Amino acid sequence: MWNKEIETMSRKDMQALQLRRLQATVKRVYNKVPFYRKKLDEAGITPDSIKTLEDIKKIPFTVKDDLRDNYPFGLFAVPMKNIVRIHASSGTTGKPTTVGYTAADLDMWSECVARLATMAGATADDTAQIAFGYGLFTGAFGLHYGLEKIGATVIPMSSGNTEKQIMIMQDYKSTILVSTPSYALYMAEVMEDLGVKKSDICLKVGLFGAEGSTEEMRAELEKRWGIIATENYGMSELIGPGVSGECIHKTGMHINEDFFIPEIINSETGEVLPEGEFGELVITTVSKEGIPLLRYRTKDITCLMYEPCPCGRTSVRMHKIQGRTDDMLIIRGVNVFPTQVESVLLGIEHISPHYQLVVTKNGYIDELKVVVELEDSSLLDSFSRLESLEKHIRHKLHVVLGIDAKVQLAEPKTIERSVGKAKRVIDLRGEKQK
Amino acid sequence: MLIKQISIFIENKSGRLADITKLLGENGVNILALSIADTTDFGILRLIVSNPDAAEQLVKDYGLTAKATEVIGISIPHVPGGLASALAVLNEHNIGIEYMYAFVTRSADNAMVILKVGDNYEAIKVLAQAGVKILSKDDLASL
Repeated sequence: MWNKEIETMSRKDMQALQLRRLQATVKRVYNKVPFYRKKLDEAGITPDSIKTLEDIKKIPFTVKDDLRDNYPFGLFAVPMKNIVRIHASSGTTGKPTTVGYTAADLDMWSECVARLATMAGATADDTAQIAFGYGLFTGAFGLHYGLEKIGATVIPMSSGNTEKQIMIMQDYKSTILVSTPSYALYMAEVMEDLGVKKSDICLKVGLFGAEGSTEEMRAELEKRWGIIATENYGMSELIGPGVSGECIHKTGMHINEDFFIPEIINSETGEVLPEGEFGELVITTVSKEGIPLLRYRTKDITCLMYEPCPCGRTSVRMHKIQGRTDDMLIIRGVNVFPTQVESVLLGIEHISPHYQLVVTKNGYIDELKVVVELEDSSLLDSFSRLESLEKHIRHKLHVVLGIDAKVQLAEPKTIERSVGKAKRVIDLRGEKQK
Repeated sequence: MLIKQISIFIENKSGRLADITKLLGENGVNILALSIADTTDFGILRLIVSNPDAAEQLVKDYGLTAKATEVIGISIPHVPGGLASALAVLNEHNIGIEYMYAFVTRSADNAMVILKVGDNYEAIKVLAQAGVKILSKDDLASL
């Protein structure tokens, strides 16, 4: 364990620490950030209103639009001279949500990542290849400094140039791969195409993040690479990667609770849900100086688990992300998450793990098309077997999604591969109305 | 006596057939016969070519899903009822046909038929016994 005192702290001590830090944070933003002063005043809350951890429920939520409305630096709680780093969301639409770090924030961030890297099995003996894009995106820098902190040898590869990634991985004997799960899968495909076997490389552990994935995807990554695939979680608004991560037992992601207070809410009513129920994750940062956020709605759907983990850590764990409230497609009135489709497709033979969902409107009817690549040729001579594969996929999708989807078999390697976060959904329903 | 056929999976996108035939042409592969089975989304292109091994490698290297299958080629008299009498033989022996396609060659006396059946060897045996000419690789090469 990287920080045994904190990671095995009793619930009572942790709650006392969280309360102290929460009170200090509310006080700080109330005094330093006009946006929060106004928001808290409107809700009739002053820093003195926070007497117990339960009182966090009185605080209004912060949402992504609040960051956009105060673009770029409106929510910063310290003068710019104290900000030593800027990052921004990888969002593709509109202005990026922008965050700033003080020197203390960067230390805290490294501490968070050091803990999750250690719990995934990383040590000073490891060589970590970072295949996240370096830049405004928080992924690469977060893992970079955290892995350096534990003494690992860091290779700042950045994303892309996949053949070179494989070469470096062999030559430098990388033992840890840091990337998105979808890029790791693509790298495995390139490795196989190059005729490099998993026995030719030294990889042991994957630290995957920046996008959600399913257990089926994990199984595929572990099989293709011969590694332990762990997942970690974070977002730039909160710090970047480092909010939580899996230990080698893979029983959910341990949250760095001394820095982040998690809650799960019903995303429609805002009501806080009890332990074990799935809903939207809400996080309050209680140590961050640059841009502290109160009850930030992450839009990620998960649940919290407090039962003990075999690793001995006492921290609360969050379940693998089940989807995002804004990823959710509503098709003919039915909620569909891309992760549901992924778990179906990865269980089916003859097709590759890459897929794309295309949603269109035919008159007033939504239509979902799932494009999958036909990977192996054994069905090829028989038309009826190809058709039955199509029917089989369609049937499985129907069972899981509850709606009928069209299945399109595509030629191999025709679905776009991503070196960062995969683009799984193409929603064309708005197109015709423009 | 079996003939190697190459089956290629193609999406129904304009230009795909042109791409694939161009690839084969540029690499000196001559197409002797072809058939396409299709749905609205995809099709299977089946080819009998002058050099099937090279063609299979070529399309696979190009990134397509392809498979070689063994089929039977027969030569039948190019007259009314020519095909019917050959197929009657298979029917008498309960040999089902999965698919077939025919082509004519420069010699107008005979037509060629490619057959995919459940049991190739049984089919060859009964067809040969009934006097149907089975095409060999060499026969095709000389076309």
